[in-house]
Amino acid sequence: MAEVHPAVKKIQGKFPSSAIEATTFRGEVNVTVPKKDIFEICRFLYTDPDLQYHMLTDLCGVDHFPQSPRFEVVYLLYSFKANDRLRLKTKVGEGEPVKSVESIWKAANWLEREVYDLFGISFENHPDLRRILLWDGYEGHPLRKDFPVEGPDFDKPFVPEV
Amino acid sequence: MAETRLMTINMGPQHPATHGVLRLVLELDGEVIVKATPHIGHLHRGVEKLAEARTYHQVIPLTDRLDYTNAMGNNLAYVLAVEKLLGIEVPKRAQYLRVMMAELQRIAAHLIWLGTHALDIGAMTLLFYNFREREDILRIFEEVSGGRLTPTYLRIGGLAKDLPEGIEGKIKSFVEAFPGHMKEYETLLTKNVIWLKRTKEVGIMSKEDAINWGVTGPTLRGSGVKWDVRKAFPYSSYEDFEFDIPTGSVGDVYDRYYVRLREMEWANAIVKQSLEKLPKGPILADDPKVVLPPKEMVLTDIASLIRQFKIASEGFKPPEGEVYASVEAAKGELGFYVVSDGSNRPLRVRIRPPSFLNLSALPKMIEGSLIADVVSAIGSIDIVLGEIDR
Repeated sequence: MAEVHPAVKKIQGKFPSSAIEATTFRGEVNVTVPKKDIFEICRFLYTDPDLQYHMLTDLCGVDHFPQSPRFEVVYLLYSFKANDRLRLKTKVGEGEPVKSVESIWKAANWLEREVYDLFGISFENHPDLRRILLWDGYEGHPLRKDFPVEGPDFDKPFVPEV
Repeated sequence: MAETRLMTINMGPQHPATHGVLRLVLELDGEVIVKATPHIGHLHRGVEKLAEARTYHQVIPLTDRLDYTNAMGNNLAYVLAVEKLLGIEVPKRAQYLRVMMAELQRIAAHLIWLGTHALDIGAMTLLFYNFREREDILRIFEEVSGGRLTPTYLRIGGLAKDLPEGIEGKIKSFVEAFPGHMKEYETLLTKNVIWLKRTKEVGIMSKEDAINWGVTGPTLRGSGVKWDVRKAFPYSSYEDFEFDIPTGSVGDVYDRYYVRLREMEWANAIVKQSLEKLPKGPILADDPKVVLPPKEMVLTDIASLIRQFKIASEGFKPPEGEVYASVEAAKGELGFYVVSDGSNRPLRVRIRPPSFLNLSALPKMIEGSLIADVVSAIGSIDIVLGEIDR
């Protein structure tokens, strides 16, 4: 049995009622946390003086269609103090919102907008949740598994409305 | 009393100083910027979606086209992620050659940045000097890989081919001449009064803000954070090389300029070290399920022919799992988060683009400053839209 990551031990101690699972693959720690606690756990990881995960390196979505709940939102945190990366994941069903971590890390502003744009996962309390890569009025979310690679309308002729 | 209101102006997407198709909507109070809103996505090609429809080897050419000034670095980040997923060890010679190419590419990328950044601010001469040296590097890449802008030189498990004969001499003469060229650039800029006036105390970003906004690379180091992926999580034998991490103190445009110049010097020193230390040996990992057989074997041996066909058409099946690997690219931390479901195609390839997060911090840098400083601030964060929009 590998040693438990110190940050995992701490959040399990801090949130005893929360189902937190940790696995290790190729030396990287993956922590799955319930969606309802994601904001609190992130804030704890940011503010705890021993952990200080001050940088949100990445935030992205993964679509596990046709599994249910289909989406995962993945947070990759970095602590300068411990020189350590920690990956938090939370499972999200279709149409369910996730609490935004923008108030903790400003980096989440654009990253959450991108997840919203490409997966259609919405974030609560985000100050400016708009599409970012695609244009306003675009229909569909391209990184979903049920979105065709060629696009939904590649074989339809484009006839502008007159 | 006369009514006063803010003026909104649109900058880009076809603007020479936005370094690609970036559009900025600026709200101005006179000449002072009250609010800046970047609009991106004009170059969105759906690279992450395309990668899900390809085998692992077929994704490599897509990565060249992310940050097209730093193709070797992009290749490296992706192959490192897949190698980590597979758990394969790359031979020392291939690791050293990867470092050599990545650092040459860093010099080339920084040369483009320096030339265009100086051009934006009004110093035109430098661009011609920079492109002269960059041409030398691209010629080296062409001889090594066959491609100049998009070399696709790296392979999962090693490299496409070994160095051609006589190339070491050319790399060596470049490395020896480069410090002299650096002096030329510095003579033109570092103590130039106009340059100082346009860059000092402009576009300031504090240490805390830079970290909170997820800024990485020279932009983070310009703000005084001594952090580099090559030191924090050494990859591809970077621990064997001696180099320092240059940092700034104020976090203004000048500091970012200064950090990048010093980085070019260190990159040159790393190329020199890798030439001196370059070990002999194979350039591909010994893993027949992943690595293509040598061409002569394919033409003479039926088993190798079958193997080549299997890998080229079906690919390989890595174990189920997810990994993140990142490199210090020219713009910052470039990471690949690859999720595998055990099939021959990745379930998800997430690219962590450094320019995307660096650009998201741009409004923070320029709000409250003059409109003329927008151009030097954009130049100083060194964005490439190919990577931001993917």
